[in-house]
Amino acid sequence: MRRSRRGSHRSHSPRPAVMALSVLSLVSTLAAGTAAAADKVLLLASTTSTEQSGLFDHLLPRFHNATGIEVRVVAVGTGQAFALARRGDADALLVHDPAGEAALIAAGHASERADIMFNDYVLIGPTEDPAAIDEAPTAAEAFARIAAAEAPFTSRGDDSGTHRAEQRLWAAAGIEPSAPWYRELGSAMGATLNTAAAMDAYALADRASWATFVNRQALAVLFECDEALFNGYASLLLSRERHPHLRHDLAEQWHDWLLSEEGQDAIAEFRLDGEPLFFPAVL
Amino acid sequence: MPETDNAFQSALTLLLSLDPMLVSIVTLSLQVSLAAVLIGAVIGLPLGAALALWRFPGRGLVVTLLNAFMGLPPVVAGLVIYLLLSRAGPLGNLGLLFTPTAMVIAQTLLVLPIIAALTRDHIDTLWQEYREQLSSFGITRLGAMPGLLWDARFTLMTVVLAGFGRASAEVGAVLIVGGNIEGVTRVMTTAIALETSRGNLALALGLGLVLLGLVALVNAAAYLIGERARRRLG
Amino acid sequence: MTDLSTPIDDRHRRPAHPAQAPLLRLEGLGFAHRGRTLLHDVSLTLPPRGRTLILGPNGAGKSLLMRLAHGLLAPSSGRIHWQTHSSGRPLRQAMVFQRPVMLRRSALANLTYALAAQRVPWRRRRGLAAAALERFGLGGLADRPARVLSGGEQQRLALARAWALAPEVLFLDEPTSALDPASIREVEAAVLAFHGQGTHVLMSTHDLNQARRLADDVVFLHEGRVVEHAPAERFFAEPRTPLARAFVSGELIW
Repeated sequence: MRRSRRGSHRSHSPRPAVMALSVLSLVSTLAAGTAAAADKVLLLASTTSTEQSGLFDHLLPRFHNATGIEVRVVAVGTGQAFALARRGDADALLVHDPAGEAALIAAGHASERADIMFNDYVLIGPTEDPAAIDEAPTAAEAFARIAAAEAPFTSRGDDSGTHRAEQRLWAAAGIEPSAPWYRELGSAMGATLNTAAAMDAYALADRASWATFVNRQALAVLFECDEALFNGYASLLLSRERHPHLRHDLAEQWHDWLLSEEGQDAIAEFRLDGEPLFFPAVL
Repeated sequence: MPETDNAFQSALTLLLSLDPMLVSIVTLSLQVSLAAVLIGAVIGLPLGAALALWRFPGRGLVVTLLNAFMGLPPVVAGLVIYLLLSRAGPLGNLGLLFTPTAMVIAQTLLVLPIIAALTRDHIDTLWQEYREQLSSFGITRLGAMPGLLWDARFTLMTVVLAGFGRASAEVGAVLIVGGNIEGVTRVMTTAIALETSRGNLALALGLGLVLLGLVALVNAAAYLIGERARRRLG
Repeated sequence: MTDLSTPIDDRHRRPAHPAQAPLLRLEGLGFAHRGRTLLHDVSLTLPPRGRTLILGPNGAGKSLLMRLAHGLLAPSSGRIHWQTHSSGRPLRQAMVFQRPVMLRRSALANLTYALAAQRVPWRRRRGLAAAALERFGLGGLADRPARVLSGGEQQRLALARAWALAPEVLFLDEPTSALDPASIREVEAAVLAFHGQGTHVLMSTHDLNQARRLADDVVFLHEGRVVEHAPAERFFAEPRTPLARAFVSGELIW
């Protein structure tokens, strides 16, 4: 009787162990949270395309070596990045939507803007190319052909930099795209490409996202290299008056470094499968 | 399906190589979800028991709300916590946004209603059965609470596991309040979302398999402990 | 079943009050639930000693009367006066229900839990609990989950639990109605043992023969009213009301 009682007691012993583990994990989690605030940490809101290309894995260690600052990247759509900036939740921005950037400055949230780098958008579509856009002379013509053929086109529809660029291109072609062939997804770049691959649709993508996208299936670049497809990335510093609590000094070091020869060289050096994805804007 | 074959391969490679990035992601996932479940249980178990034991005006409303919050979409929970912790929000001064602590808070909001509502349900049934005997012992409602929670322990363990399942599986809340920052707030589910959006479906599915295995492991351990104790104590 | 005649510990004691004071006085006790009056104006004075059997057909209000007296329910009207110790301390009470309520723990833990509720120091709990189990022939089942025991074993465990509490007043609500004859004999032996320790027993039953075997004092209830209250010998020999006469002669149908 005594022995079996002890046995049953032993069967409970994992309970305190699990409890202790959870408490430990909780403490360490909370500690990690507070340690983050103490170090030289800069919170950068940027776009998914730059993050997913691996550019930051290339840049951030170099910047850290130079300054000792740890940059934490929150990769969101450009629209959401602006929202983070307006609420004072990011120390700096690296985005690609000239109109939105201007609006942020006009509203007094951002104090400084500088062109950092650029690449271009590409028109993606199924290799059979039902709208025959690979022979189009201009981007506007390519968009017009897609509309004329009423070929399926997947739009991000998420107010991102790419989505805004796409809307400018439709406007330049003088077309108001509409369902059923025009499909607004409200998704990030990758999800939009996944959908396009699944339904053999056309889509506009930034070159970096396309280069890192694996699940291509029948998709290919069908139209590229037009001035209208220019995609410029800018660094924005936020207003000291509007958001006094932000780490402005760190943000300025980051901003200056990107514009410095070292920073620009680092951007130029970045390669994916031997191909450059971003071109320095200053050098 | 080449993706599924590659997924198993990816999952195996990831596990066998003990990829340090994977280890840190898995560790953080467990830390965040376990911490959320622990807090959820510490608050939710007594809260649920109290709602079963005491009758007070507005109790029905509280119970209904709690049940409704069991279905709270993680994105909404994330958004609410984001607005609270944002610099422009009431708790902005704490500087918790985009930290693991923020993720723990958001997941606690998801887990707490599940634990509290299901606990209330179980303790209510048990209390109906025990009530006369316990008051015959001279035990008050407050005094009855620990005993009721203890006697319901096997069912409540399942309840807590359900909470853990919800916490470890959700992506919407941690993505918004954590920001999926590499090495800081990236957990299994946000990593899976990221790989999916890269079109790297095999790796995403591989990570998914690792997550599934992990959750299964936790559940199996709890099940075995529960079964052993159940067989001994009924 | 083991011998129940010797006290298990010094906590089994007769109430310290003079034996003349009545154990329990009920004045105009009434109970209504959802507009229905289930107990009407019950006034009773129970003698300071002995076993009181509450008799009556099903639905007469026997369980209700015991629950009110034990304090599980609050009366709608009337008052309840219990005898107390000279220090003013109330009498220790325990109750055994028709269907035993077993906690989801071992048999032993069912007893130690009740002892803890009574603020018995934890060092003594295990010893008292084990002794009570032994006394009711349950020593070998101490570590078994209480809820997998048979019906008879569970009722014995409920009695052992009450025994461990060393009550000065014990309520038994139809404790044998769901049991086989062997288990019924054990329960009746336990009632005698409690009585032997000086515990006041208040027990309800609708079994006339059981009442004849156990009662010192009889309260006969019918439809929520006390029809007759008399010493057992007199009640069974010459019931004074027609209903009681019908009951004693086995004619009252329920």
